[in-house]
Amino acid sequence: MSLLTINDLTVEFPTRRQLFTAVDHVDLSVEPGEIHGLVGESGAGKSTIGAAIMGLLDRPGRIASGTIKLSGDQISGLDADAMRSLRGKKISMIFQDPLTSLNPLFTVREQLVETIQAHLGGTDAEANQRARDLIDRVGIPDPDTRLDQYPHQFSGGMRQRVVIALALCTEPDVIIADEPTTALDVSVQAQILDLIKELAQERQVGVILITHDMGVIADTTDKVTVMYAGKVVETGPTSQVMGQPSHEYTKSLIAAVPRPTLKLHRFPQISYGGRETRFAIEDMARHWPKVENDASKPVFEIRNLTKKFLQRRGLLPWDRTYFTAVDEVSFDIRAGEVFGVVGESGSGKSTVARMIAGLYPVDGGTIKFEGQTVSDLTNKAALDAYRKNIQMIFQDPYSSLNPRMRVDDIVAEPIRHHKLMDGADIKRRVDELLDQVGLGHEAGLKYPHEFSGGQRQRISIARALATQPRFLICDEPTSALDVSIQAQILNILKDLQEHLGLTLLFISHDLPVVRQMCDRVAVMKQGKVVELQETNELFANPQTEYASELLRLMPKLDDLSTDGLGVTE
Amino acid sequence: MFQSVIVLLVVGLVAFSMFRFVGDPIDNMLGQERTQADIDRLRTELGLDQPFPVQYFKFLKGAVQGNFGVSYRQGRPVSTIIAERAPATLELAFVSGFLAITMGIALGVFTAIRRQGIAANVIMTVSLIGVSLPTFLIGILLIYIFSVELDLLPSFGRGETVMIGGWSTGFLTASGLKALILPAITLGLYQMTLIMRLVRSEMLEVMRADYVRFARARGLSDRVINFRHALKNTLVPVITITGLQLGSIIAFAIITETVFQWPGVGLLFINAIQFVDIPVMAAYLMLISVMFVTINLIVDLLYYAIDPRLRVDARAT
Repeated sequence: MSLLTINDLTVEFPTRRQLFTAVDHVDLSVEPGEIHGLVGESGAGKSTIGAAIMGLLDRPGRIASGTIKLSGDQISGLDADAMRSLRGKKISMIFQDPLTSLNPLFTVREQLVETIQAHLGGTDAEANQRARDLIDRVGIPDPDTRLDQYPHQFSGGMRQRVVIALALCTEPDVIIADEPTTALDVSVQAQILDLIKELAQERQVGVILITHDMGVIADTTDKVTVMYAGKVVETGPTSQVMGQPSHEYTKSLIAAVPRPTLKLHRFPQISYGGRETRFAIEDMARHWPKVENDASKPVFEIRNLTKKFLQRRGLLPWDRTYFTAVDEVSFDIRAGEVFGVVGESGSGKSTVARMIAGLYPVDGGTIKFEGQTVSDLTNKAALDAYRKNIQMIFQDPYSSLNPRMRVDDIVAEPIRHHKLMDGADIKRRVDELLDQVGLGHEAGLKYPHEFSGGQRQRISIARALATQPRFLICDEPTSALDVSIQAQILNILKDLQEHLGLTLLFISHDLPVVRQMCDRVAVMKQGKVVELQETNELFANPQTEYASELLRLMPKLDDLSTDGLGVTE
Repeated sequence: MFQSVIVLLVVGLVAFSMFRFVGDPIDNMLGQERTQADIDRLRTELGLDQPFPVQYFKFLKGAVQGNFGVSYRQGRPVSTIIAERAPATLELAFVSGFLAITMGIALGVFTAIRRQGIAANVIMTVSLIGVSLPTFLIGILLIYIFSVELDLLPSFGRGETVMIGGWSTGFLTASGLKALILPAITLGLYQMTLIMRLVRSEMLEVMRADYVRFARARGLSDRVINFRHALKNTLVPVITITGLQLGSIIAFAIITETVFQWPGVGLLFINAIQFVDIPVMAAYLMLISVMFVTINLIVDLLYYAIDPRLRVDARAT
């Protein structure tokens, strides 16, 4: 008998206009000690399954049909009180973002003890002892001190360990992990996944691992279920589904995953469901001012760039303490190349980008753009002229577009600011841009919230291209997007570089993506560039220990099918 | 702390210089039958003939020592007059502040949890009235209903008071307590609805947060989630607004005190304005600003007590 069995589950969300079926006749079973991956793009219904098992469906969602059984007992349709005593006791959940899933105002001990006592009762001393054991078990050093600290005193990875400890409080039979490592760095991700694997083995817990990351699935899970639009399209042992996918959707999904091992010219895009969106690069190239890129000349010369942030304020200079985010960084960016910067969070990569964009003042060193020093520009006119040539695409397509502005105003804003055109010309230009990025000019009349993540990133690209810049800074442009959308956006960026002669600074923590996109890569650690190499060279022979460590932790994806990549090995 | 002192100095200067222009107190103090000699004599006596900076400096020097000069109208030291009147205002402000905070938070939590319920909707609708009606109108309405029509509660004054070591309190007599009810409700109603609406919206925000979902996923009871996890997180913004509002309870007491003829400092101030009684007005303004500054200082300290992220030594490792 399986530990958890889901039979013919259908979850519906009645909305004012229609009935939305989030989960459509899904079957699923999990054995003790098994890690079962649930993979699919956003909106596929994978998190909804998790919420349905927990009895935590957001209103007005409801289970329309089907049953969920835990060790043979039906748990779907239980009343709220019975469900509550099950939650945390038999089934636990780990959420995506460890930064927000702990209450910031209570210490780790308080949160653990309250959960233990809610389910097991017992004296304070017993609960405290158990809390300490758990914190120790999930690998947090110095448990006695750490227990009395608040969540903000923990790093992201340590917080996720606390969350896991909370999920383990009462020896649950099933743990549902909803994107447990998406918000974490590669090295931390590997540790957390190892911990989950270990615990599943050791305690014979069944784990449902919900993720959109094929690398995590391939490395961690025993079985995998692929979902598309609320339906299960394929299920089976991980090696089989990843190696010989039988369904078209699985094939195209796997094909869209950036590979660390082989470099492709373009990303294969998901063809299933016909969602491919046009990007009219030829149109764009026709109107673009021709630039001759002389690859021998650097566009940017960056020397000893330094940025310090005030950590503690003080009236007197010697009372202040600073944190050096970027420490004497030097590199050149050649005309027409894609220059990658990789590093973990806190390595200073975004800070470098912001200083180049002129968003942060420079605390030391110089930035030269085409031979001219721009880091000390104070004259507004000169600064504007420089900024017209560099544009930025941000990570989060949800917060980088002003929700109160119409899309055509968003795209027109840089043109208006730099007074490049006026009146009807602006309108024509904006319509053209929106057509070219594949949204169609009628999109200009809408507001950002009416678009999906990928479409919003296209709006950002249209905005960045509005001034016809020479240089684009892309700060993690795809890390908030699904693989298939990521493939589309990365293809667009490649087109821009190839057809328009743009130079790109590409910042990412995702090594496979960097491998596909960049000509040269700088590896940053704690504010310093530790290695700077041609991309192929870096992936083949990393020179520093840190770089090889990063490469080692990267999911290998060797078992993934290479169908549809257009390559033969 | 440093900021607080500057605020007080500036308020003192503004208050003091403003009163130079409200009128000449001499006109009121001497009758029609005055001579130029009388006027000059009084001017010298009151120090009004000295240059402005000198007057301001003397005022500050006195104020630091608790000496605000002598009331032009009553001829008694201002500090004595205020000490007589302050208990009335402070008691009123305390009771209505207490009402506003407890009722506001309780109703706010209630309406947030039972968002769809009929009772919550009724409370929300009624609270709109509390926000939109001016204070004096509420006061008059209450007097009309409870004093004129039902004859349950007194419509003016403090009732009997008991002196305890220079502090006249209305808490200890039945008539004192009765007299307190209407003014306290009038004064606190607006603040209460404000706090309630604030708690409600903050609470709704917090209930959507991941840590509340996670707490629910751990199987904690609704009571623990609502009152322990959610409420504490709503308190930081609520305290900010409440701090500002408590200050204005004391400031707005002027209107309520006028409506109910409550013998507090607000009424004193209104009377002082009519007679251009500069020392009283200046002292009153200083008193109000000291209270504002103190309350805000307490609010800042409360932040630290509630939110561990603000404590300086704590840093992520």
